Amino acid sequence: MPKAAADAKLLIQSLNKAYAATPTNLKIIDLYVLFAVVTALVQVVYMGIVGSFPFNSFLSGVLSCIGTAVLAVCLRIQVNKDNKEFKDLPPERAFADFVLCNLVLHLVIMNFLG
Amino acid sequence: MAEVEASTTASGGDRLRKASAGVLCAFTLLLIGVLAFSIRLFSVVKYESVIHEFDPYFNYRVTQFLSKSGIYEFWNWFDDRTWYPLGRVIGGTVYPGLTLTAGTMWWLLNSVNIPLSVETVCVFTAPIFSANASWATYLLTKEAKGHGAGLMAATILAMVPSYISRSVAGSYDNEAVAIFALIFTFYLYVKTLNTGSLFYATLNALSYFYMVCSWGGYTFIINLIPMHVLLCIITGRYSSRLYIAYAPFVVLGTLLAALVPVVGFNAVLTSEHFASFLVFIILHVVALVYFIKGLLTPRLFKLAMTFVLTVGLALCFAAVAILVALVASSPTKGWSGRSLSLLDPTYASKYIPIIASVSEHQPPTWPSYFMDISVLAFLVPAGIISCFLPLSDASSFLVLYLVTSVYFSGVMVRLMLVLAPAACILSGIALSEAFNVLTRSMKFQRPRSDDGLPAAEDITPGTSSTAATIAKNGNITKEKTENVSKGRPSKKNRKEKEWVGSSPVRPGMEEKLCVLPAEASAMGILFLIILCGLYVVHCVWAAAEAYSAPSIVLTSRSHEGLHVFDDFRESYAWLRHNTEVDDKVASWWDYGYQTTAMANRTVIVDNNTWNNTHIATVGTAMSSPEKAAWEIFNSLDVKYVLVVFGGLIGYPSDDINKFLWMVRIGGGEFPHIKEEDYLRDGNYRVDAQGTPTMLNCLMYKLCYYRFVETDGKGFDRARRYEIGRKHFKLTHFEEVFTTHHWMVRIYKLKPQKNRIRGKLKLKSSSKASSMRKGAGKKNPWQ
Repeated sequence: MPKAAADAKLLIQSLNKAYAATPTNLKIIDLYVLFAVVTALVQVVYMGIVGSFPFNSFLSGVLSCIGTAVLAVCLRIQVNKDNKEFKDLPPERAFADFVLCNLVLHLVIMNFLG
Repeated sequence: MAEVEASTTASGGDRLRKASAGVLCAFTLLLIGVLAFSIRLFSVVKYESVIHEFDPYFNYRVTQFLSKSGIYEFWNWFDDRTWYPLGRVIGGTVYPGLTLTAGTMWWLLNSVNIPLSVETVCVFTAPIFSANASWATYLLTKEAKGHGAGLMAATILAMVPSYISRSVAGSYDNEAVAIFALIFTFYLYVKTLNTGSLFYATLNALSYFYMVCSWGGYTFIINLIPMHVLLCIITGRYSSRLYIAYAPFVVLGTLLAALVPVVGFNAVLTSEHFASFLVFIILHVVALVYFIKGLLTPRLFKLAMTFVLTVGLALCFAAVAILVALVASSPTKGWSGRSLSLLDPTYASKYIPIIASVSEHQPPTWPSYFMDISVLAFLVPAGIISCFLPLSDASSFLVLYLVTSVYFSGVMVRLMLVLAPAACILSGIALSEAFNVLTRSMKFQRPRSDDGLPAAEDITPGTSSTAATIAKNGNITKEKTENVSKGRPSKKNRKEKEWVGSSPVRPGMEEKLCVLPAEASAMGILFLIILCGLYVVHCVWAAAEAYSAPSIVLTSRSHEGLHVFDDFRESYAWLRHNTEVDDKVASWWDYGYQTTAMANRTVIVDNNTWNNTHIATVGTAMSSPEKAAWEIFNSLDVKYVLVVFGGLIGYPSDDINKFLWMVRIGGGEFPHIKEEDYLRDGNYRVDAQGTPTMLNCLMYKLCYYRFVETDGKGFDRARRYEIGRKHFKLTHFEEVFTTHHWMVRIYKLKPQKNRIRGKLKLKSSSKASSMRKGAGKKNPWQ
C-alpha cells in the first residue's frame, strides 16, 4: 500500500511537471474546457434537484456546454505546435473554424431552448 | 537555359494536362447528371406526369398545403380529414425534409416567374436529386480512391436499378432526397476524417440534420459512424482527425436531430442513439489516454495505466450495470418496433402484423439482388479487396458501410436501396483499378521508339511473358518474370502472380508496378467494356419496363393495342364530385392517402398505420357479416365504403387477396374474429368450397355483388375459379358506383329504418343476447 501511495505521488508529480511545460495559450484553452464541463455538471445537479421539466431547456443547456468544450478541444488539437498533422494549418484558420462551429451550435441552442 | 526552358515547358505541359483533365472531369460529371435525370423519365414518357403509388400522394398533399398556407401553418397543422375521428398531427409526425425541399424549389421558381405547378415540381424532384446523388457519390469515392474511381462510381449509381425503382419521375417519396443526403453526409464525414478540418465537421453535422429531416433511415448513419470510429480505435488507427470528425458531429448532430419534431427527445432517449453516446465516451477515454501518454515517460505511463484500470473498470461496470437495468426495464428494451424488426427479422411477424404485412418489408429473394444491382453483385468483392490495398480510414469506412448494408438488405427488400450506393462505390473502385492496370500494361508495352524504355535483351516480339518494373522516381529497370498467361510459378526470385479482370496485388515493398501482357490487357479492356455495356442495357430495360409503372394507372397490351385502366382516378373523381365535402369514406388503409389527396374526402385509416386498433376496427368490419359491419361503420360516422376488386380483369392486388391480412389484424385486437373460420382446411378459397363465414362477410359481398351478371357464371379472373355465392342481395348497403372495369366499387350505408317491423325488438334482442352469451367470446360491437 505505501508503495502504491508513493507511486501515485510520483505519478501526479511527474504529470504536473510535464503539464507545466505546455505553452500558455493551450493552458487557457484547457481552462475554458474545464469551465464548460463544470458548468454542465452544475446543470445536471440542478436538474437532479428540481426535476427535468422542461426537458428541452435542460438538453440544450447541457449540450451547449459539452459542445463548446468539444469544439475547444478540437481547437487545441489544431493549434498545438507538437501536432505534426496540423503543422501547415494557420492558427487563425483554426480559430475561424472554431468560431463558425460555435455560431452554428449556439444558433441551434437558441432555437431549441424554448 | 535549355534546362529551364525544358522544365517550364514540361511544367506548362503538365499544367495544361491537369487543366484539361479538370475540364474533362467536369464535363463528364455534367453528362452523368443528365444521364441520371433522363433515365428516370420513362414513366413520364410512357404514361403521363403523374404521382405514383400511395405514399407519394400524401407527400404531395402536404406539399400542396405548404405551398398554399405557408410554413407556419404547415408546422402547426392538425389534419382532421384522416384517421377520423382521431385526426393526425401532421407537423409532429411527418419527416419534413422532402416537403420543404420541393416547397422551396417551387417557391424559388415562382419567385423568378417560372410558373410550374406544385405537381410538376413534385414529380421531378426525385430525378433532380438523383443527379445530385451521383455527384455526391463522385465526391465520396474521390475522397477514398481518386478521380477515376469517383467518375466510375458516379456513372454506375446514376443507372443502378435499385435506386431507380424508388426515384423515378413521379415517385415523390422520402428516399428520393434521403439517399442524396445519406451519401453527402458520408462524403463530408470522410472528408473531415481525411483533412481534420472543423469547417467540414460543421458541414457534416448540417448535412446530417438534412438527413434526419428527410427519412427515418437516419438511424443508419448515427449507428454506422460510431461503429466506424470504434473500428478505427480498435485497429489502432486513432488520430486527432478522428476526434475532430466524430466528437462535434455527435453533439451538434444530436441537438439538430432533437430539433426535428418527429424525432424530438427520441434523439437522446431511445436505444437507436445510445451507440453514438457510448462511442463518444469511449473516444474521450482513448483521447485522454493518448494525451497522458504524450506527457509521461513510458515507465510512469505503465504505472498510471495499472492504477487507472483497476479504478476505472470498477466504475465502468457500475455505469454499464445501471444503464442495462434502465434499458431492460422497458418492454422493447428502448428500441422502436421498426428497428427491432430490422435486428430480429422474425420480430414483426410475431408481434406487429402490420409491419409484417407490407410487401416491401419482406426479405428479398436471390433474383432480386441480380435484378436490382445486376453486375455489381460480383464486382463488389473485387472492390472490397481493392479497398484493402492500401487500407485507409476512408476505405475501411466504405467496407464497413457495405457489410452492414448487405445485412440489412437481407432483412427487408426495401433496404436494398441503402445497399445500392455502397455497391456502386465499391464496384466503381474495382473497375477503376482494373482499367488502371490494363491500360498501364498497354501503355508501357508500346513500341520502344516513342517511349524511352531501354530495350531488354530477352524481350522478343511475340512472347507474352515480359514485364517492366517501374520504380517510383522514374528510373526504369528490367526484370524477367514468368509466363503470366499460363500462370506457372517462375524460377526467378522475383515473381508476381496476376489474374485478369480484377485488382492486381500491388507489393508495397519495392514500389513495383505490375504489368500484364499487351494482348491480354487489350482483351481485358474489351471484356470489361462489354460488361459495362451489358449493365447499361439491363439498367435501361429495368427502368423502362419494370420500375416505371405508376400503379395508379394500369396498362395491358392486347392484339388491339394498348389498353389503359384508369379506374382508380375515375373512382376518386366520382367521390370528389358526387359526395358531400364532409362525408367519410372507409376503405382498407392502402388507399387512404390517395383518397384524401385525390378525392378530398375524410378517411378512417390511411397508410401511416400509426394506430393499430383503428385499423383492426376497419378490418373487423370488413370481416363481419353485413349487419355487424353496418353497426361498426355507423359508429364511425362512415357514409361510403370503398373496395378494390380485380376479378373482372385479373388484377392481382385487390382487396380479396389482401383479405387475410384484414382478418389477422382484426383478429389481433378483437378475438371473435378467428382466421380459421375463413379458411377451408387451411386453404383460402372463395368458391363453392369457401366457408360460410367467408361467403357471408362484408368484403365478399361488396366485391362480388352482381358479379354474376358480367358473364353469367361468375368466373373470377384473378383467382381463376367461379365464385361460391352468386346470387345475393345487400340489406344494409347500396351500390352507388362501380368503375368501368369493376376495379373500384363504392357503396353507401343505408340509413337505419324508422320503424322495426316483425318481431318486437326487445324480445329478439334478449333472445339473441342470451344465445350469444353461451356461445363464447362476447362481440364488443353488439
